Amino acid sequence: MEEKKTPLQARAPKKRNHLADIFTRLVKEKPLGAAGGAILLILLLVGIFADVLAPHGYNDVEFAARLKPPSAEHLLGTDNLGRDLLSRVIYGARISMLVGLGASLLSTVISVIIGSVSGYFGGAVDFLIQRFVDSVMCLPSLIILMTVIAITGPGLLPVILVLGVEGGVGGRVRVVRSAVIAIKRNLYVEAAQAIGVSAFETIRRHILPNIMAPVIVMFTMSMGSAIIAEATLSFLGLGVPPPMPSWGGMLSLSGRAYMLNAPWMSLWPGLCLCVAVYCINMFGDALRDLLDPRLRGDLGSYAVNKQKAG
Amino acid sequence: MDKSQKIIEIKDLQTSFYTLEGELKAVSGLSCHVYKGESVGLVGESGCGKSACAMSILRLIPNPPGRIVGGEILFQEHDLLKLSEREMRQIRGNRIAMIFQEPSSSLNPVLTVKQQIFETLKLHRGLDDGQCLEETVRLLRLVGIPDPQLRVNDYPFQFSGGMRQRIMIAMALSCRPELLIADEPTTSLDVTVQAQLMELIDGLRKTFGTSVILITHNLGLVARYVDRVSVMYAGRMAEIAPTDELFENPAHPYTQGLLASVPRLDAGRQKSLRGIKGQPPNLTRLPDGCSFHPRCEYARDICEKEYPPLEKIGEEHYRACFLEPGELKKPR
Amino acid sequence: MTEDHLIDIENMYMYFPVTSGIFQKKTTGVRAVDGVTFHIERGETLGLVGESGCGKSTTGRCILRLYPGIKGKVSFEGVDLATLSRDKMRRARRDMQIIFQDPIASLDPRMTVGEIIGEPLRAHRAAFGSEYADQIAELLSMVELEPSMADRYPHEFSGGQRQRVGIARALALRPKFIVCDEPVSALDVSIQAQIVDMFEKLREELGLTYLFIAHDLSVVRNISDRVAVMYLGKIVEITKSDELYINPLHPYTEALLSAVPIPDPKIDRKRQRILLQGDVPSPINPPRGCRFNPRCQRSAAVCREVEPELRQTSRDSGHWVACHDA
Repeated sequence: MEEKKTPLQARAPKKRNHLADIFTRLVKEKPLGAAGGAILLILLLVGIFADVLAPHGYNDVEFAARLKPPSAEHLLGTDNLGRDLLSRVIYGARISMLVGLGASLLSTVISVIIGSVSGYFGGAVDFLIQRFVDSVMCLPSLIILMTVIAITGPGLLPVILVLGVEGGVGGRVRVVRSAVIAIKRNLYVEAAQAIGVSAFETIRRHILPNIMAPVIVMFTMSMGSAIIAEATLSFLGLGVPPPMPSWGGMLSLSGRAYMLNAPWMSLWPGLCLCVAVYCINMFGDALRDLLDPRLRGDLGSYAVNKQKAG
Repeated sequence: MDKSQKIIEIKDLQTSFYTLEGELKAVSGLSCHVYKGESVGLVGESGCGKSACAMSILRLIPNPPGRIVGGEILFQEHDLLKLSEREMRQIRGNRIAMIFQEPSSSLNPVLTVKQQIFETLKLHRGLDDGQCLEETVRLLRLVGIPDPQLRVNDYPFQFSGGMRQRIMIAMALSCRPELLIADEPTTSLDVTVQAQLMELIDGLRKTFGTSVILITHNLGLVARYVDRVSVMYAGRMAEIAPTDELFENPAHPYTQGLLASVPRLDAGRQKSLRGIKGQPPNLTRLPDGCSFHPRCEYARDICEKEYPPLEKIGEEHYRACFLEPGELKKPR
Repeated sequence: MTEDHLIDIENMYMYFPVTSGIFQKKTTGVRAVDGVTFHIERGETLGLVGESGCGKSTTGRCILRLYPGIKGKVSFEGVDLATLSRDKMRRARRDMQIIFQDPIASLDPRMTVGEIIGEPLRAHRAAFGSEYADQIAELLSMVELEPSMADRYPHEFSGGQRQRVGIARALALRPKFIVCDEPVSALDVSIQAQIVDMFEKLREELGLTYLFIAHDLSVVRNISDRVAVMYLGKIVEITKSDELYINPLHPYTEALLSAVPIPDPKIDRKRQRILLQGDVPSPINPPRGCRFNPRCQRSAAVCREVEPELRQTSRDSGHWVACHDA
């Protein structure tokens, strides 16, 4: 279809999408995503400056104040050992954000590399990689995680590495691979080959930017699942070892046992988890739309031109 | 052709799509008519509103974002725009049928050909299963599908593109419509298949006296298969004329430009095709005055201010241009 | 082979394997290009016409070696491309470019027009710094676009303008030969004429050679010196453009020509119409003997048995046809 033409005078010559440009557009066009990003940033800062922000230490046991509901002294109440929940939630942000960001970044990078090699080159390489992914996928991920952690011993770094690698070689490779195959069929990839662009450059310049949408969604989703997986591991005693608090650990370890007597023990970390994961998703969606030049500004005309016939 | 009876008459039709960029006037004040048994070509470039016009006749404009803003479509004394949705359904597929451009996406891939044709036959003609099968086989034979008894049970993917379009034609004809709208019916097909299908449609028109509106951008098809041509530009009629007259005496600069742009099989290598300069207009930001004036080599002051009315300049020959017919140079 | 041949193709075959089962066993092949021999002269435009699935696009891509597994000899300026090393082939790509049919799909939506046009320059390290920017501006003005448009994205352009971008990209490395794969089929007539005229202008100015692939015979007649007609992976007729249209010898060429209406009712009414029956057979299992025989009106016993060779009608006539009856 002969599409509408944007008249030259309608737009001032515009600069390329610098970071500042993206930021202003994020605030202007995607307020919800911007809010998500802001909350995420706050959570991150809270985690980093936990030592300054927390009114108490994360492991200051005060038996006299066990299972106290929220009060002036302990704003969010205390847990079964009399520890200040506000402080523990603040310290928990550090662990959860570290695990979430670290593990999902690692898993995304790994799956993008493996997936694009598999999808782009196809043939025997693809066959081998996919059978490997199959074998990873047919083992329950928890079993793999437990086995590896049992060998390395629990701790923050092992948890991030294990969650990252396990997530990176599993089903996410499939997501990337199918996205790559869909993009590879596009004529502009063939055009690049005809020009004489090397395979590596083709992947870097043509394939990767065009699979950003699913990758960003995948990244945000895996961030949520990494935080939750860390909670599971903590529950089994294989996560970040106590008394270091993580939201997942607080929720599943003592929180569950005292759910009926002291609901605030599980309420706050649970709420934090929900808010964090929701914000991540909103932010991810906004970013995906912003990075797509086709959706830039004139979304309406694009959408309508596609359906309007004749 | 029966010139005493107009099968359909469109008066000042206006259809718009409401987009974030503003109102897109796909059809802005279009008038034309089709006689009984006549075939009319609706010609124009993509985005000129020809399909929107066809969809408006059947009231199939997606709403939102689209809406028929004004005008009348008289189909045998009924104004289609005033009918209820229920009454409209009685007309669609039954008295007015349509063939679309993409034969592959117009057929449901998970139903057999028989099931799809049965649907229309049962809905509009109330036949039972036995009659349906008989009728389906007859229709498929009519449109030239070999072994119709066996092939009725096949799925669309088992047919070639040309065969699928034949099935679409069979479906369109299943209720013996009075008007057939063919929207770029052969655009995605090869030339030899195109010739087969156009001969088929033309033959059926002559046999059953169906009126045909052929929407196309292919001037060759128009020259060969229609009685009268309507040239559309930016949502309006630029020129309407009997086929021979239009090709011999094009009276609108756009028609002339279009004819000069078409590469011809009977002309050797040329230095230049003398295409029309510039790009087709953006329908959300139509220029003031005549929408063709930015591309028109004869444009004058008045063309920038007023839209020329559609005026009669000969037997069945209308055009919308301020120039005197003599002022236009003869093309080629 | 003579000096003035830019490209020589001898017995080129391209079968796409059809695989089945878990071990991807090759069961059969789609015979997309099934033994074609022709040459393209320096500075000429060779039109290649045929219906969809006849192998015309594959032929163009095979010359550029965009597929693995091409059989037969393709020489460019006398050098057999199959014998080139990877590196030399990459260098040879500078001389041969392609323009695609779909101006939307062939441009990466994430890149600005400047980046798209500059990509060949980057890939071959052909220009740097301010020279790079100058070249892009020059290429844009060559295809009659504003140099200031380099910062815009493809979706902001109309179909005709996008095709101009595609042409500018193909011209970036100053190639000698361009495969034009249905470059105007997706465009409107008024825009089509602009682009066809531009192809002519560029050919004269830059001394280009084109292989112009199209299904629209009228466009091909308008731009080509010679025309080759393909049917089911084979060339059935090849000759000078005017000769083909005035004196077609192969029954398929005749049918193809008669199927195209002339946009002038008075002339068109006088023409003889040949209506082909049926569809193009499957290239997986083409008919025995002459491939066209099941649809041919002049089919005889010999046509069902013996496949006709492409032969010249008379010595040095330059009119080649593959038909027993011609």
